[in-house]
Amino acid sequence: MSGFYAFLDALFLQANYNATLVAVGAALLGLASGSVGAFLFLRKRALVSDAVAHATLPGIGIAFIVMVAFGGSGRSLAGLLIGSTLTAGLGLFLVDWITQRTRLAEDAAIGAVLSVFFGFGIVLLTLIQTMASGQQAGLEGFLLGSTAGMLFEDALIIAVGGALAVLAVLVLRRPMALVAFDVGYAETLGINTRRVDMAMMGLVMAVTVIGLKIVGLILIVAMLIIPPATARFWTERTEWVIGLAAISGGMAAYLGAAISAAAADLPTGPIIVLVSAAFFGLSLFFAPGRGIVAAILRRRRFQLRVHLRQGLLALAHGEKILEPLTLSVLLRNGFIRADGVATESGRALAAKTLRDEKRWDIARRLHKDDAVASRYDGLTPIEAVLTEDEIAEIDVRLGPPQMVVP
Amino acid sequence: MESIGLGTEFVTFSLTPILIGVLAAVACALPGNFLILRKQALIGDAISHVVLPGIVVAFLITGQVTTWPMMIGAAGASLVAVGLITLIRRLGRIEAGAAMGVTFTTLFALGVLLLEQSDTSAVHLDVEHALYGNLESLIWFSGVSWASLADPAALADLPPELVRMAAVAAAITALIILFWRPLKISTFDESFARTLGMNVGLLDLGIITLAAIAAVAAFDAVGSIIVIAMFICPPAAARLMTNRLECQVWWSVLFAALSAVGGYVLAGYGPGWFGSDMSVSAAGMIATLSGLILGVACLFAPHRLRVGASAVA
Repeated sequence: MSGFYAFLDALFLQANYNATLVAVGAALLGLASGSVGAFLFLRKRALVSDAVAHATLPGIGIAFIVMVAFGGSGRSLAGLLIGSTLTAGLGLFLVDWITQRTRLAEDAAIGAVLSVFFGFGIVLLTLIQTMASGQQAGLEGFLLGSTAGMLFEDALIIAVGGALAVLAVLVLRRPMALVAFDVGYAETLGINTRRVDMAMMGLVMAVTVIGLKIVGLILIVAMLIIPPATARFWTERTEWVIGLAAISGGMAAYLGAAISAAAADLPTGPIIVLVSAAFFGLSLFFAPGRGIVAAILRRRRFQLRVHLRQGLLALAHGEKILEPLTLSVLLRNGFIRADGVATESGRALAAKTLRDEKRWDIARRLHKDDAVASRYDGLTPIEAVLTEDEIAEIDVRLGPPQMVVP
Repeated sequence: MESIGLGTEFVTFSLTPILIGVLAAVACALPGNFLILRKQALIGDAISHVVLPGIVVAFLITGQVTTWPMMIGAAGASLVAVGLITLIRRLGRIEAGAAMGVTFTTLFALGVLLLEQSDTSAVHLDVEHALYGNLESLIWFSGVSWASLADPAALADLPPELVRMAAVAAAITALIILFWRPLKISTFDESFARTLGMNVGLLDLGIITLAAIAAVAAFDAVGSIIVIAMFICPPAAARLMTNRLECQVWWSVLFAALSAVGGYVLAGYGPGWFGSDMSVSAAGMIATLSGLILGVACLFAPHRLRVGASAVA
């Protein structure tokens, strides 16, 4: 129970000062990474962020060594983050360079950069461990993030950095949304798409670097990828994807930070990622329109309509119905009795359906080359496609309606 | 540290790690050739991330760190990951890269959480180990001299990782030779392969399974980071050397072996050349070296440009 109260405390910012600052910083970071990630997602370059994230590691190592060489302790978060930005930038440049200047595809460039930079980063970390001042450097904390025992200045850097990133997204959202939506169209509007792309990648780098301390470099990409993928289920509009991604990213980060503050062995980074993944899972299943449940319901409704129509036509032709689903649809709608004999309303609708089918027959012969003929799917009533006059014309050829005899 | 000699100490301390490194590198580079050409290079990345949750779940079930349950757990996790990626792509209509990103980060986060929650203080199981392995520790105690290579008693004491890695590398080589023609045709022209009556979907799954087997066998000895580097860097460099798949595969094997031997030697003895008595991560150094080879290939290899691109782009 105490864990739950600790969670509530953290959720309503009643916990200790540091936990509060971490939660606020994480929420700002989530807002920024969700929206920045949305641009990446819409540009179909989500995994470039993975290369950027892994490329931060050697920068952290180099910055530490340089700071120690100049007599510092090497632990200044600002210094480490500047170092990581430099190598992340180099990694990003190399991904673009390899993709543009050689015949290797972008995925190969991403994989090469991330594994080589990460490998070199590990070499530097093992080197640092053997240095006298490197024993307790705690640089491993950047792999998976570590918020325990975070310094006040560190939390402040994260919160301020997150706020600045959110601000930058707000300022740049129009040109970035246009480029993400349609590069060619953005160019005709006179937008310098190269510069916008660079700004976008700059923001990706910023978010990654700010998130290193909380989430760690292996999982930070989740904060850039999962929220936009979640948002995409709920809307078809670019601006909405960006907004919803920001909201779901911010909420996941805030909730995750609050949950992890509630107990000692709940690491912040993984918890944030898992909360985000839970949002994604819920959306994948339950989003209206694009969700799996909605798709299943849609399919089922279609299936029932087909069976109803075919069942009514069978009644009209006086054919025996054997298909169990057809029988149950007709029975449920009161068109047949339990013994399979058509009811009054069933006969009426069967007659109408049969007439509709015959009208379609003629309509398709009349409008052979028209769009009308292609609207025939065996389900749409002809009134939805033709005008009353046109139907009257067909009826002249068809003769008067016929009763369905029981 | 004394200079590199190929004497007794080399046999005991370096021979088996180098052999294991080379075998792991080659086992990953072979399927990597096909992944690169099929634009599935990052499947290797995804698989090597989900190895962690796989081994943690295996540990939670069996309660011990033994080889086979871990291997099965890792292989199971790879299959789950591939299944989830496909599910998210098909049912969620989400682009492949993002589907992969969602899947592997979620599973990795789950692995880290499970690891934190379970009591692993008594056993050697941690994230760092899964990431960069422990190649340096795979020494051959009975290998006291070169003569040990002919001594059955000493040979029986070879690290089990070596035997396992050799078996997996041999199996992967055999499978690729056996299915060479269908693999080649379906990689370059999928629709032509289909008209020949090949089961393209099955070949696709086969390549990914092969990659997963290589990744799972290698991570235990050398860690995930080498696995990703070897899936991509040697085949990518090889791709820039030649237009023929046969030659590309040979080049990739050469680059992989070169990275493994060179990386190990640099990591173990390199700092000694600067008068320092320490050593750095062999896994990291092998990945770094493979990157340098790829860098050189990007700048100078004969077939580095796209067909039709001018040489002075």
